[in-house]
Amino acid sequence: MTWIVRNLWLIPALPVFAAGISALLPQRSRRPAAGLAIGSMGVSFLLALFAFANALRTPGHQTFNFSWFQFGDQPLQLGWILDPLTAVMLVMVTFVGLLIFIYSTGYMEHDENFTRFFCFLALFAGAMLGVVVANSLLLLFMCWEIVGLTSYLLIGFWFQNPRAAAAAKKAFITTRIGDLGFLIGMVWLYAQTHTLLFYANGSGALEQSALAHMVTQTTLYGLTVSSAIGLLIFCGAAGKSGQVPLHVWLPDAMEGPTPVSALIHAATMVAAGVFLIARIYPLMNANSAAVITPTIALQVVTWIGAITALFGATVAVAQWDIKRILAYSTVSQLGYMMIGLGAGGPAVGMFHLITHAFFKALLFLGAGSVIHGCGGEQDIRRMGGLRRYMPVTFATYTAGMLALSGFPLVFSGFWSKDAILHAAHNWSISQAPFYMATLGALLTAFYMTRQVCYVFFGTLRLPSHGPVGHAEPHSEDTQHHGAGHPHESPAVMTAPLAILALCAILLGLIGTPAWPWFQSFLEGHPVVAEHEPELLAVMVTSSIIALLGILLGYLIYGRQPATRADAADPLGSREPHTFRLLHNAWYIDAFYAATFVRLTRWLGYLADFVDRFIFNGLVQIVSFGVLAIAWLDSFFDKYIVNFGFDTGWRSISLTGRALAVLQGGRVQAYLRYIGLALVALVIFLLWGVAR
Amino acid sequence: MNSLPPGLQACLLLSALLFAIGLAGALTRRNAILVLIGIELMLNAANINFIAFWHYGPAPSQITGIMFAIFSISVAAAEAAVGLAIILPAYRHSRTTDLDKMNSLKG
Repeated sequence: MTWIVRNLWLIPALPVFAAGISALLPQRSRRPAAGLAIGSMGVSFLLALFAFANALRTPGHQTFNFSWFQFGDQPLQLGWILDPLTAVMLVMVTFVGLLIFIYSTGYMEHDENFTRFFCFLALFAGAMLGVVVANSLLLLFMCWEIVGLTSYLLIGFWFQNPRAAAAAKKAFITTRIGDLGFLIGMVWLYAQTHTLLFYANGSGALEQSALAHMVTQTTLYGLTVSSAIGLLIFCGAAGKSGQVPLHVWLPDAMEGPTPVSALIHAATMVAAGVFLIARIYPLMNANSAAVITPTIALQVVTWIGAITALFGATVAVAQWDIKRILAYSTVSQLGYMMIGLGAGGPAVGMFHLITHAFFKALLFLGAGSVIHGCGGEQDIRRMGGLRRYMPVTFATYTAGMLALSGFPLVFSGFWSKDAILHAAHNWSISQAPFYMATLGALLTAFYMTRQVCYVFFGTLRLPSHGPVGHAEPHSEDTQHHGAGHPHESPAVMTAPLAILALCAILLGLIGTPAWPWFQSFLEGHPVVAEHEPELLAVMVTSSIIALLGILLGYLIYGRQPATRADAADPLGSREPHTFRLLHNAWYIDAFYAATFVRLTRWLGYLADFVDRFIFNGLVQIVSFGVLAIAWLDSFFDKYIVNFGFDTGWRSISLTGRALAVLQGGRVQAYLRYIGLALVALVIFLLWGVAR
Repeated sequence: MNSLPPGLQACLLLSALLFAIGLAGALTRRNAILVLIGIELMLNAANINFIAFWHYGPAPSQITGIMFAIFSISVAAAEAAVGLAIILPAYRHSRTTDLDKMNSLKG
C-alpha cells in the first residue's frame, strides 16, 4: 500500500489541526490564524495532487481500513479510500478552498472576528475533506454533521444580526430533517450487511455480495431494500444539497459572509449531497439480473432533480438581491446534478459538480467583490454601470456567467450541462426531465443576463451617501467610500477571480465527447467517443437555448437599462402577479411557516406547559414533603429531645446545689459530721456485737 | 460497771467529763486557739484514762502505763506545735482567728 493511501487521513486532518490551534489563539492574532488555515489548505492541496497522480496510475479502489473499537463480537471499522471519485473531489475542494481562503483575507480584513472566521473555515474544510475520503458510511456521517455544524456557525457568523441567527438555525434544522432519513438508512444498511465500510476486499456494503443480498429482498410496494436504503440516504443528500422540498435554507444562508456563500453554499458543502449519491451509486443502481429499467431510487433522484432545476430557475428570475439570484441558481444547478446522476450515472453528475464548483465560486466571489466595491450594497437595483469602475471583476464575472448559462463550446458549463441534457434525453422512463431541464437552461441564461445587465451595464444608481437597506452588517467600507464611488477590489481578491475564470474555461476540455477523459477516469474503463447524430442535435439545441436566453435577457434588460433605483422590473410591470409569486419563491417559505413552524411552536408551548406545571409541580410536591419532614424533625429535636436533656441537667444541678450546702467551708461543721459519724459507727458495731 | 473499784469509777468519770468538755470546746468555739485547747483537753482526758487503768490495773509497779502517758503527752505537744503552725499563717492570711470566717473552701 503506498504512502499516500496510508496517510490519506492527513488531508482532512491538517485543516482540522489548524482550526484547533486557531481556536486557542486570541482574536488579535490574525496573521497566524489566516496563515495556519491557508498553509494547511496549501499542504492538503499538494497532498491531493499527489493522491490524484496516484489514482491516475492505479485503477480501482484503494482502501485503508482499521478497527475503531469492539462492539460486542464485531469490530466497528472505519477507513479511507482513494479512488477516482475521491481524487477529483479532493483536488477540487482543496484548490477552490485555497483560493477562497486567500480571497477571504482581503474580504474580511476589516472584520473584528477575523480569527474566528478562519478557525471555522479551516474546520469546515477539514470536515468536507473527511466526507470525501471516508470509506465508512459512519465516518462520512460524522464528518457530514461537522460540515453542517460549521455551516451553521458560518452562516450565523454575524450572530448579532437576528436575520443571520435565524438563517443559521433554519439551515441547521432543515438539513437535520434530511439527516434523519440518512441515519435511518445507515442503520438499515448496517442491519442488512453488518458493515458500514464501502469497500473492504469483498465484504464492503457496496460490493457484489452485499448488493446481491439486498437486491433480492423487497419491502413496501415491491421496492428493493437497496433502493429503499438509497432513497433514505438520498433524504440526507436532498437536505444538504437543497433539493425541493428541503431547499428553503439555501437562499436565507446568504446572510453569511460572501466567502462562506462561495465556499459552502456553492462549491463544496451543497455538493456533498451530490457526492454522497455518487459514492453510493452502486447501491442505488443495484438491480437483479433480469431487470433493465432504472431503479426506483434513481428515478426519484431524477424527478426531484428536474423539479428542483426548474423551480430554482423560475424563482431566480424575480430576485433583487445579487446573492439570492446566485443562491436560487445554485438550487437549480444542484437539481441538474441530480438529473445527471439519476439519468446518466456518477460521471455525468460529478462533471457538472466540478465545473459548477469553479464557476459558481467565481460568481459568488465576484459578487463579493461587487458588494465590497459598492460599500456593502447588495440590491442590484442600486448598482449599475460597474464595468467602468471594476473592470477585472466585470471580465471574470462575465466569464462565470457565460459558463453558467452554457455558452457554447468555449466554456466548461456548456459541456457539463450538455452531458446532462444528453443523459436526460436518453432516459428510458420519460422525456419530461429533459424538457424541464431545457426550459431551466433557457431561464438560467435569461436571469444571469438580467443580473449582469442590472449590475454592470447602464448608469450607476448607487446612493451617494452610503448603503441603504439591505447592506451587510459590520460593513467596513463606509470608511473608505466617502464619495459613494465604487472601486476595484484589491489584488488579493481579484487574483483568485482570474484563476477561477481560467479554470471555468479550461475545465471543459476534459469532458467533451471528443475526448471523454473525465468519464473514463471515473468509471475506470475507457469510454468510446460517441459520434451519434443525436448527440450533435442535443448540442445544437442546448447552444440555441443558451444563446436565446442571453438574447432575451439583453432585449428586455440590456437595451434600455434601468436609470433609477426604484424603477420596476420590465417583466414585473407586465406580469405583476407572476413576478410576485416568483419573487416569494412560490410561497413555499410562507407555507412552511404557517404549517410546520407553527405546529412546532405550538408543540413547544405544550412542552413548556407540561414542564412548568406538571413536572415542576411534582418537584414542588416532593420538595414540600421533604420540608415537612424537616420541620417535624426540628420540632421533635427542639421540644422533646431538648426537654429530656433539660430536665436531666436541671435535676443534676439541683442535687449538686443541695449537696454543696454540706460544703460550708467551716472546719467545725466537718468536725461535727465526723463526730456524729463516729457515734453512729460505734452504735452500729455495739449493736452488732450485742446480737 | 458494778465490778469496778470505786476509785477507778471516779477517774473514768473525770476523764469522760474532761473529754466531753474538750469535745464541746473543739466543736463549738469560734476562736481557733480555743479549739486547740479543746483538743489538748481531749488528749489529757485520754492520759487520765491511761494512768487510771495503770494504777488500778494488774501490775502497778511496772512503768508501762506511765510510758503510755508520757508518749501521749509528747505526741500531744508535737501535735499542738503542728496545730499552731497551721493557725499562725492562717491568722496572718485572714487577719482573724474566727473560724467561721475562714470558709473560703466553701462549696
